[in-house]
Amino acid sequence: MAETTNVIEPPPVQMVEMRGVVKQFPGVLANDHVDFDLRRGEVHALLGENGAGKSTLMNILSGLYRADAGEIRMRGQVVTFHSPADAIARGIGMVYQHFMLVPSQTVTENVILGLREPRFFLNLPEAEKRVAALSEQFGLKVDSRAHIWQLSVGEQQRVEILKMLYRGVQVLIMDEPTAVLTPIEVHELFETVRSMAQSGQSLVFISHKLDEALTIADRITVMRDGRVTAAGVDPKSVTKRELAHLMVGRDITFKLDKEPCQPGAAVLEIKDLRAVSDKGLPALRGVSLQVCAGEIVGIAGVAGNGQSELAQVITGLRASTGGSVRVNSTELKASALKAIETGVSHVPEDRAGMGSAPNLSVFENLIMKSYRRPPLAQGWRIDTRKARDYAADLKQRFEIAAPTIDTASRLLSGGNLQRLILAREISAKPQLLVAVHPTRGLDVGATEAVHRLLLEQRAAGAAILLISEDLDEVLALSDRVAVIYEGRIVGEMPAEGADVGRIGLLMTGTKYNG
Amino acid sequence: MNFWINILSAGVANGTALLFATMGELFAERAGVLNLGVEGMMLFGAVMGYNVAYHTGNVWLGILAGMIAGGILALLHAAVTVTLRADQVVSGLSLTFLGTGLSLVLGEGLSQAAGVPTVLSFSIPLLDQVPFFGPILFENKSLLVYLGYLLIPVCWFYIYHTRPGLHLRSIGEYPAAADSLGINVFQLRYVYVGVGGVLAGLAGASLSLSISPGWFSEFTTSGMGWIAVGLVIFAQWDPIRAVIGSYLFGSLRRLVLDMQGPETILFFRNPFFQDRNLQFFLEMLPYALTVIVLVIGSREALRRRLGAPAALGNPYVRGERGV
Amino acid sequence: MADLLTHPPPGSVIRLPFAIRIEPRMTVPRWLPLATSAGSVVLSLVLGGFVLAYVGGDPINAYLHMFDAAFGNPGVLSDTLVKAAPLILTGLACTIAFRMRLWNIGAEGQFYLGAFGATFIVQQVFGKTTSPWIFIPTMMVAGIVAGALCGAIPGVLKAKFGVNEIITTLMLNYIAFFWNAYFIYGSWSDRGFQLTPTFPQGAWLPRLSDYAAQIPGFAGMTIHLGLVFALGATVVVWYLLSRTRWGYEIRLIGDNPNAARYAGINIVRNIVLVMMLSGGLAGLAGMAEVSGVVHRLQDKISPGYGFTAIIIAWLAKLNPWAVIPVAILFGGLLIGSREIQPSGLARLLQGIILFALISTEVLNKYQIKIERRSR
Repeated sequence: MAETTNVIEPPPVQMVEMRGVVKQFPGVLANDHVDFDLRRGEVHALLGENGAGKSTLMNILSGLYRADAGEIRMRGQVVTFHSPADAIARGIGMVYQHFMLVPSQTVTENVILGLREPRFFLNLPEAEKRVAALSEQFGLKVDSRAHIWQLSVGEQQRVEILKMLYRGVQVLIMDEPTAVLTPIEVHELFETVRSMAQSGQSLVFISHKLDEALTIADRITVMRDGRVTAAGVDPKSVTKRELAHLMVGRDITFKLDKEPCQPGAAVLEIKDLRAVSDKGLPALRGVSLQVCAGEIVGIAGVAGNGQSELAQVITGLRASTGGSVRVNSTELKASALKAIETGVSHVPEDRAGMGSAPNLSVFENLIMKSYRRPPLAQGWRIDTRKARDYAADLKQRFEIAAPTIDTASRLLSGGNLQRLILAREISAKPQLLVAVHPTRGLDVGATEAVHRLLLEQRAAGAAILLISEDLDEVLALSDRVAVIYEGRIVGEMPAEGADVGRIGLLMTGTKYNG
Repeated sequence: MNFWINILSAGVANGTALLFATMGELFAERAGVLNLGVEGMMLFGAVMGYNVAYHTGNVWLGILAGMIAGGILALLHAAVTVTLRADQVVSGLSLTFLGTGLSLVLGEGLSQAAGVPTVLSFSIPLLDQVPFFGPILFENKSLLVYLGYLLIPVCWFYIYHTRPGLHLRSIGEYPAAADSLGINVFQLRYVYVGVGGVLAGLAGASLSLSISPGWFSEFTTSGMGWIAVGLVIFAQWDPIRAVIGSYLFGSLRRLVLDMQGPETILFFRNPFFQDRNLQFFLEMLPYALTVIVLVIGSREALRRRLGAPAALGNPYVRGERGV
Repeated sequence: MADLLTHPPPGSVIRLPFAIRIEPRMTVPRWLPLATSAGSVVLSLVLGGFVLAYVGGDPINAYLHMFDAAFGNPGVLSDTLVKAAPLILTGLACTIAFRMRLWNIGAEGQFYLGAFGATFIVQQVFGKTTSPWIFIPTMMVAGIVAGALCGAIPGVLKAKFGVNEIITTLMLNYIAFFWNAYFIYGSWSDRGFQLTPTFPQGAWLPRLSDYAAQIPGFAGMTIHLGLVFALGATVVVWYLLSRTRWGYEIRLIGDNPNAARYAGINIVRNIVLVMMLSGGLAGLAGMAEVSGVVHRLQDKISPGYGFTAIIIAWLAKLNPWAVIPVAILFGGLLIGSREIQPSGLARLLQGIILFALISTEVLNKYQIKIERRSR
């Protein structure tokens, strides 16, 4: 006789519960009444694109931000954190994407930094042994005596984790941990995560990579535009397509009037381009792309997959380590001046940090690209009269809202600063216009204006390379879409009638087969 | 041989003031704050030390006064750069002017006032018999020099082998990391800039009360504070190298004087004896050497991973906080 | 003492009937720079007055006496302007370097080397009876070139090796001083004294008092052509900064080097060129001083013009035209404090001014708002 033994499983322990969390930043509602919960011993993936609000939510949980509304409970008790130190004291720690490690100090020194013990005399050898023991226990292989700058990124990440474990955290939040890892390191990380969960740690795994979430998570929560679109679903019960849809969405919120594309000759030709990021990691691993006159090619992808470096190499701000970039058959090297002279215009992603001089006036910012050539330049002089007329004309045509052309550019709103930059770059009559995240942080009206300007340029015959993390924007503006993932173009297709689901999958690293 | 012993012996004595100033600046820079006001703080310390010693008859009160004087100016620098987040370069320069100006005004009529007590000098028995190093290090030295000897291992140990020393290093390298772990970056920077000022004041007081007793307006220091700043870079922010540099530069001063004496040096006719005016090129030496030392230091810093404290010169601004 | 300025710890704010809030400032009113500069001067006079009283002086009388001694009559006004000329030139030197955030602390040394260059022409190149039309321009060129070379060294070191220009320019001050000393005490010495022989008449910059025969009012007025150089240099610097391509690049680099790089500007080359220009201006000041005032080279030709220039540039908020009135003010300070004990007073006032200026910089970024609290 078969007996059904009813094993009564203990109810899952709710380590963390977040209810109705609201967080508003200037111009954007990052978290819109978000609920989230975490059980003991589970790996909970928090999925979403950039700007979805997942990092903000976890920053609130880890004590870096304060929520505007909502409550957080730990094991049933309401808690409020005034600082990350508070959260750590309660057992919640976060491993950030941007490591907080002192490069010139050793692993052990970084791990014990800020602790109250030992009182005065450092006993490094003893601390090193304890750190080594901890790393053994959790399978986080790292030499406790090595200096941080000697370590690989994966090892540095382990140090960050050890920092938290050393302080006795039971809830570990990891923000895009695989963003900087090689595939082997990713594999090792997953094993570590598994073993930590088994020994009772509760982990939150923030990511935009679908496959990884499906591999590692016990439950998945998806966020988009500040809201939860799927809460705590079982990975076994959902398909990749569904998840991608939940992440990326399908609604294109606006349709633009676009003339049919009539591409001319190829203006930008990139062949097998390779480049390295600021941290020394490969950022571009062989990108090949073409943009013709009169067409807009949009690069879709989640930020951090090589887009910044691509724009920098094309505009001469970064050297390539292999491959070639040609504009109108002229090969470009790492010289911004050469790029400008070859007819490349650049609307940079950092408006204030790179695209403008904050204390110089609107007029002085407007002439940044054209002051070298007549009619503005007369020998070594700048014809101030002509320059001011030019600036006034641009201000009017592009509707840059500023009291006068002598207003300092740092006083302009984001939208107006972007209009200024676009006015400047467009009026240089570029062959190639590289626009990176052009509508980031702008309101609807400003966004519309930017789009209009880009389309005008397209009609005038310029080749435009649009890099944006807003997929809707890319799809609406582009004639062709190329998806970038981990430094390679993983898919190219016409924008018209493109399959958003497929693009979503490509963006998140899935190799799509039919 | 005597020639070199004399020079190195004077070098240790003179170099002690430079040592104090350099160590002080080393602490401030390790904490991430560039203090270019050392020269002003030294002068202020020198004049206050001299003044107080003269009026109280107690040289140690003078030394204390000098230290406090330097510390006060340093706290002004800290307030402006850490709390008001003003540019560290200009603030330091303004303190040099301020300190120099204050000391010139307060030192009016003070020069070589008779009857100012000076610091006790003595030899250490047995140690001073050690060949070569004995007379250099232990014979007839001011108490302050011996204090300097003690300071070296203390500073070295503090920076590398204590918990507060670890925190010090972290706030100069990566204040965000220290802040994220609960270390009060602002408070600690105040402390270490203060320490820098106190040591600079001590350096100044040791000049006016021990090494070259008297008040000689700006010639009391003759730019020693600036050499200290350059030495910190040369020392790659390490106390041991700072010591070596200080004593070497201290020796230079004496070398410049002694070089002109003998008719021959190392079997060659002494050019400085022949043409008295070549002494000016000797006088240039400390300053030219500082430039060379800086170039070496900057190139090394470029090559080696461990260069300047990474956050040096940048005011620490917290990111978004929800408090 | 945490980040009190914008984030006071909760519970630490004292409850007053009105709230004081410190918030980031959006617009900078036009009167603010003038107010902070004027305020700094006033503050320094007040604080300096306290120090003066402490050492036994009478501040009010002292200040009145100083003003009278500097501006009271045409004769002393002329002396003040004579001091203002090198101050304007060195002030411009600092202004142009600071506009690019190059901290040239070496204007003093560049001044000395400029004086050396001019003296070189007199001592080694031309004979005593050479016409002033040859002497003066050559001396000017020599002074500018010598100063420019002095400035180029730290410039190259910074551009190529990233060496901190503050210390290198400062060290060169001392080196330049000793360099001059070698020649003054040695091969150029006048009968063993520590100065060169007086320059021949042809090497003297013309002065107003040269024309006392035609215009009796000019008797005793030692204002020399150097003042014209200074005013001319002001026009040149103003024009350069505001009307030329190079000036635009300098200002752009100074405001945002990232944007300058993005615009294709070569920062390395500009560092060297601007240091040379700055050094050249200071060198011209040195030439004018030995040729127009002292008429020989001696070891003390400057009461610290190069250092005062730093403060002048800051007080003038890096505006070339403002350098002129500020330099005249400081020239007056130098003349006026000649008769005041203690002699270090001028330096002290300068120090307080600079400190007050840097402390009030924060007002450019933040504003204090006082609001009534409603109960």
